[in-house]
Amino acid sequence: MSQSYNRGLIEDFGRWKEFQAGMWAWIFHKFTGWILVGYLFTHIAVLSTATTGAETYTQTLQGLESIFVVRILEIGLLATAVFHILNGTRLLLVDLGIGLGSQDRSFYASLVLTGAIVVASVPTFLAGLGGGA
Amino acid sequence: MSTQVPEQEGEAESSADAETDASVESPQEQRMAKKATDRAYRDAQKKAQEEIAAAEEAVRMKVFRYDPEVEGKQEPRFDEFHVPFEKGMTVLDALMYARDHYDPSLTFRHSCRQAVCGSDAMFVNGQQRLCCKTQMSDLEWPVRVEPLPHQDVVKDLVVDMQHFYDQMHSVEPYFQGENAPDGEEQKQTRENREKIKMSTRCIWCGACMSSCNIAAGDNEYLGPAAINKAYRFYMDEREDEAELEEHRLRILEQEHGVWRCQTQFSCTEVCPKDIPLTEHIQELKREAVKSNLKFW
Ligand code: SF4
Ligand code: FES
Repeated sequence: MSQSYNRGLIEDFGRWKEFQAGMWAWIFHKFTGWILVGYLFTHIAVLSTATTGAETYTQTLQGLESIFVVRILEIGLLATAVFHILNGTRLLLVDLGIGLGSQDRSFYASLVLTGAIVVASVPTFLAGLGGGA
Repeated sequence: MSTQVPEQEGEAESSADAETDASVESPQEQRMAKKATDRAYRDAQKKAQEEIAAAEEAVRMKVFRYDPEVEGKQEPRFDEFHVPFEKGMTVLDALMYARDHYDPSLTFRHSCRQAVCGSDAMFVNGQQRLCCKTQMSDLEWPVRVEPLPHQDVVKDLVVDMQHFYDQMHSVEPYFQGENAPDGEEQKQTRENREKIKMSTRCIWCGACMSSCNIAAGDNEYLGPAAINKAYRFYMDEREDEAELEEHRLRILEQEHGVWRCQTQFSCTEVCPKDIPLTEHIQELKREAVKSNLKFW
């Protein structure tokens, strides 16, 4: 062989329309995992600046809770965590050899369940906005 | 359909033979031979046009082209072919039609044409498939045919399979063990045969490996086919020495072995032989854990 052509990785994510359930589950799981790690560090960083006293702590939290974007981000965080937990359970079952044949359906079920939980949580998360905490 | 082809090939060959036959052919004869070949192809193309006109439908195919040896073809591109559709036509049939009627340089592998040899695995409409097993009528048109992803392209639709074969060989895909008494047949129970039945069906097409993006990112990962091959021997009761099982597990348990699998199921989705690859990999993972937990 004189020469050959390497098409590289372009096809990997350029072909997202052709991905199947297992691949999407993998991508979402990685993605939500990284978001949760990122959130954890932000959470520690923010709280550690507020532990100087009870007053500062309450002020910081109340300040944050009065911002609309933060409330929205909280809903996003819930969605991320719920999906990660459900898909993690799905993966655990797969590891144990349970439900291998319906792995795509269990992924869709995790998505639907995540959606339902998130929608149900919206009133709680947005409660009291504008009128103070 | 392709009556023209043997003729053309014959002519092309004879002119090529003459050229190598120490320049007995004058430039004029060479020109004439070339003209004859060209004419034969023009005829074939005309025939194709007529057939397309006569056929009720024509399939449009976009085929990946690349040829490192011809300047101007080194930059990959897609060629379009229109092929008269017939009931029962497979992607391989269409490719052969295109090669025979439009472009004799269109290169792809095939052999058995009945999903047994595994040589014509390609990337058809975004999925790894055996061309001889894939019906044109099951696909969305235009049909896009590309070589298997994640493998170097040698020419057009032909990929370099060496790495895949190396991985397959690395799991020692053959019977071992000394337990067989000389001259006596080794029997296998029905249950054990059932257990490994699916894993024995692999035809080394490489579709699974090509669909796995963990394998794409980690060149040393054994890959689904090789792990399945190891499963076939590990689970076979006729290889029953503990030492041997240990040896096989060691190969599978290595850093780039079973633990690389992230259960994307891509391999299982594309395997033309319906081998439950992910299931086999997961089972071997469990075996590996069991063998390491000594109190088990
Ligand atoms: S396991 Fe299936 S997809 Fe993989 S090489 Fe064997 S037959 Fe092909
Ligand atoms: S030609 Fe042999 S598998 Fe398709």
